[in-house]
Amino acid sequence: MSITVRQVTKRFGAFTALNDVSLEVPPGELLALLGPSGSGKTTLLRIISGLEIPDTGSILYQDEDVTASAVRERNVGFVFQHYALFRHMTVFDNIGFGLKVRGRPKGEIRDRVMQLLRLIQLEGLERSLPSQLSGGQRQRVALARALAAEPKVLLLDEPFGALDAKVRNELRQWLRRLHDEIHVTSVFVTHDQEEAFEVADRVVIMSQGRIEQVGTPGEIFEHPATPFVMDFLGNVNVFHGHVQRGRARLGNIELAYPEYQDEKSRAATAFVRSHELEILKTKNGRPSLEARVTHVNVARSVVKVRVFADAFSIALTVDLSWDRFTELQLAPGDLVHVSPRQMRVFVQEQENS
Amino acid sequence: MANYVRAHEDPPAVRLALILSAVAIMGFVVVVPLVNVFVGAFAEGFGTYWKNLADDPDTLHSIKLTLMVAPVAVFLNLIFGLAAAWAIARFRFPGRALLTAIIDMPFAVSPVVVGLFLLLIFGRQGFLGTWLREHDIQIVFAWPGLVIATCFVTFPVIARELIPLMEELGSEEEVAAVSLGARGWQLFRLVTLPNIKWGLLYGLILCNARAMGEFGAVFVISGHIAGKTDTMPLRVEKLFQEYNMVGAYAVSSVLAMLALVTLFLKSVLEWKTRQDLAASERLRAEGGAT
Amino acid sequence: MSHVDVNRRVLPGFQLSLGYALFYVSLLVLLPIGAGVLKASSLSPAEFWAAVSSERALAAYRLTVGASVVSAAVNLVLGGLVAWVLVRYHFFGRQLLDSLVDFPFALPTAVAGLVYSNLFVENGWYGRFLVPLGIEGAYSRLGIVLVLVFIGFPFVVRTLQPVLEGLDRDVEEASACLGAGRLATFRRVTLPSITPALITGFTLAFARSLGEYGSVVFISGNMPYRTEIAPVLVVNRLEEFAYAEATAVAVVLLMISFTTLFAINLLERWSKRYHG
Repeated sequence: MSITVRQVTKRFGAFTALNDVSLEVPPGELLALLGPSGSGKTTLLRIISGLEIPDTGSILYQDEDVTASAVRERNVGFVFQHYALFRHMTVFDNIGFGLKVRGRPKGEIRDRVMQLLRLIQLEGLERSLPSQLSGGQRQRVALARALAAEPKVLLLDEPFGALDAKVRNELRQWLRRLHDEIHVTSVFVTHDQEEAFEVADRVVIMSQGRIEQVGTPGEIFEHPATPFVMDFLGNVNVFHGHVQRGRARLGNIELAYPEYQDEKSRAATAFVRSHELEILKTKNGRPSLEARVTHVNVARSVVKVRVFADAFSIALTVDLSWDRFTELQLAPGDLVHVSPRQMRVFVQEQENS
Repeated sequence: MANYVRAHEDPPAVRLALILSAVAIMGFVVVVPLVNVFVGAFAEGFGTYWKNLADDPDTLHSIKLTLMVAPVAVFLNLIFGLAAAWAIARFRFPGRALLTAIIDMPFAVSPVVVGLFLLLIFGRQGFLGTWLREHDIQIVFAWPGLVIATCFVTFPVIARELIPLMEELGSEEEVAAVSLGARGWQLFRLVTLPNIKWGLLYGLILCNARAMGEFGAVFVISGHIAGKTDTMPLRVEKLFQEYNMVGAYAVSSVLAMLALVTLFLKSVLEWKTRQDLAASERLRAEGGAT
Repeated sequence: MSHVDVNRRVLPGFQLSLGYALFYVSLLVLLPIGAGVLKASSLSPAEFWAAVSSERALAAYRLTVGASVVSAAVNLVLGGLVAWVLVRYHFFGRQLLDSLVDFPFALPTAVAGLVYSNLFVENGWYGRFLVPLGIEGAYSRLGIVLVLVFIGFPFVVRTLQPVLEGLDRDVEEASACLGAGRLATFRRVTLPSITPALITGFTLAFARSLGEYGSVVFISGNMPYRTEIAPVLVVNRLEEFAYAEATAVAVVLLMISFTTLFAINLLERWSKRYHG
């Protein structure tokens, strides 16, 4: 069951939550909606589910226009951020609820619930109440409940947001494995970049009601499409400068930028990832900046060195491998040269065209 | 136990004095009157007590009338309470605050005023008086009038109990149920009702106590015709006017027992709710692994 | 961004529940009040004024309001003390005492009136001590205040209890660290925090007493100009078949009630802001 989002706009009073958003989700894909709060990702999820209605645009489930259908008719499985388990029902009744209200016979309900209990590895707990379960267990019950009626689409709203880091990690793996087994078209919302990249087939990065980029985790990481995406992915250093006549000048680093040949100079921003910066004791001919080492953080698998380039008042973070760090024998106060191996330059959009 | 007094606690002498004062206050204001009811009722022995209740046809009728009027009023108010709570606690709409304020209204309005206004509508010289007489429908000076008057005075009770309860519970479970395919009554029966059952029960008990004890509005609209339209509280007043103190006390004792049962049930319900909460807290703390 | 407004599309039953609620409220509340206003307006302004401002009526309002104020004030002290003891101290029988606080709520007002009048008459349980001292509890204004204290008692206690329970003890400890004795701490630290609740409790008890009829009828003797409260005046006018005059006074009573309700509403909103 594929999902098509076509030019959806949604406003809440004066606030535009979604601005002309379009998206295609092929059947069986596990898609992540990633972005900061206010980006519209939760609104988009709720519109896909039918819990919200768009102002303009349409939603299709496999060519069928469901925009006007109530959530009850869409047969979606929705997993709420705080689980929304029925507090007075047992785990068994919770999971079987969707089947019960659709009038399925008791035998069928029983078989399906037991099957799902095995799947979520909570056999033996069918008589427990939600208040007797841990957070991770509740989340799994919420998932089983959503899957019980064999929905065409599975939607999860920040499913692991309320859990401890360790539990979150385990459940992430578990969700991925579950999806590999069941293959329901699934969309989940998260603000955690690591989570999205680890679990999803494809990721949609959103900001302020718009889609910034759609792609596999690898694609996005290698080829970020916009400054926002670059910045959002983190671990990045920012340079401000300008482009003119085929060259980009940022700080005192100059590179060829053939994409812009105009006489008129335009503002530009360059992003360099921490591991794309090199530290050298002496200049080696490549463009570089002079900087002083201010701090060295050795407590990680990679050494994070913070340097400060006085001339331009920029603080930079450089990731070094242990070998390289030992080679350089760096200490705070040392004077070094910082050179980018790779830079991504984004030219600022012209204001008046 | 250490002998010193913690900084935020009062010294033992003060504590003792305050506790004794509180007990004294409760004693004089509440307990002594309570005891007085039963002492007065049995003042002439158990035989007279029983005679006052069972052998007096007017008293018997008043008991039957109260037992008929109160449950009807409670039932009507229950439907209203559920409807109002659902509308107010689950949705936002223009006029919501106004509706909530109107629901609070009977609380401050004198029941006599209520009875009078109902009389103005349904009374013989009232706005509907001629129409009612033509159709031979008796509302005032008959039990329908009693029901309406009782309804007015007690209708906020259940609603005021349910609205904050349902607001606190939130609509997440119900939205989840709808997403799973539940229809209107299924939703209400399977999800909402189990969650509000203690509050609802409490509202019912309180509403019943108030309904059975209502005096002012019923006084005006009943015409207080003994043997026909006297509810128990009105019967007490009638016996009082006739200087039959023991009789008045006898009927009062039944009403007082009702009040005590109400208090008892209320405590039980509160205890049950606290137990529920404590159990789930405890088990959650023991929750443990993934 | 709240999703509550979306419930209308997601949760069923909005129109049905609101429709029924409005219907019920119109029938039960708006219609009678409308009838009352209509009837009262059938009097000419002069007649209306005569009915509501006669000496007897004015005496009745003064008594009704005055007795309500006094009884609510007494309840502030008594109820405050009991609430403090119930929340702060643990002793044998505390639970029982706590349950009994609601007794005036649950007891029919007629019974309260009967009992209180019999307690304070000359040979009553209280009267035999008080009457020789010149304190006439029955068939007097004092009696009205006394029974209103009984009626309004739970209001102050139940309003104060949650507030007292929610008080931050740390603040009292800080006050002690800074050198204040218990009484000073109470006066300067605790009292200000519970003042909104005290005011609310007072107003609730006051509002309740304003309309009280059943219990007062037994204990006051209903003597015009002396112990006749406004609701009794209304009933007396009614029994004289002076419907319009009775309605006029009732409308005045209604307006006093509305004003009090409005005040309670404002207070609740103010105290919510105060407590954050």
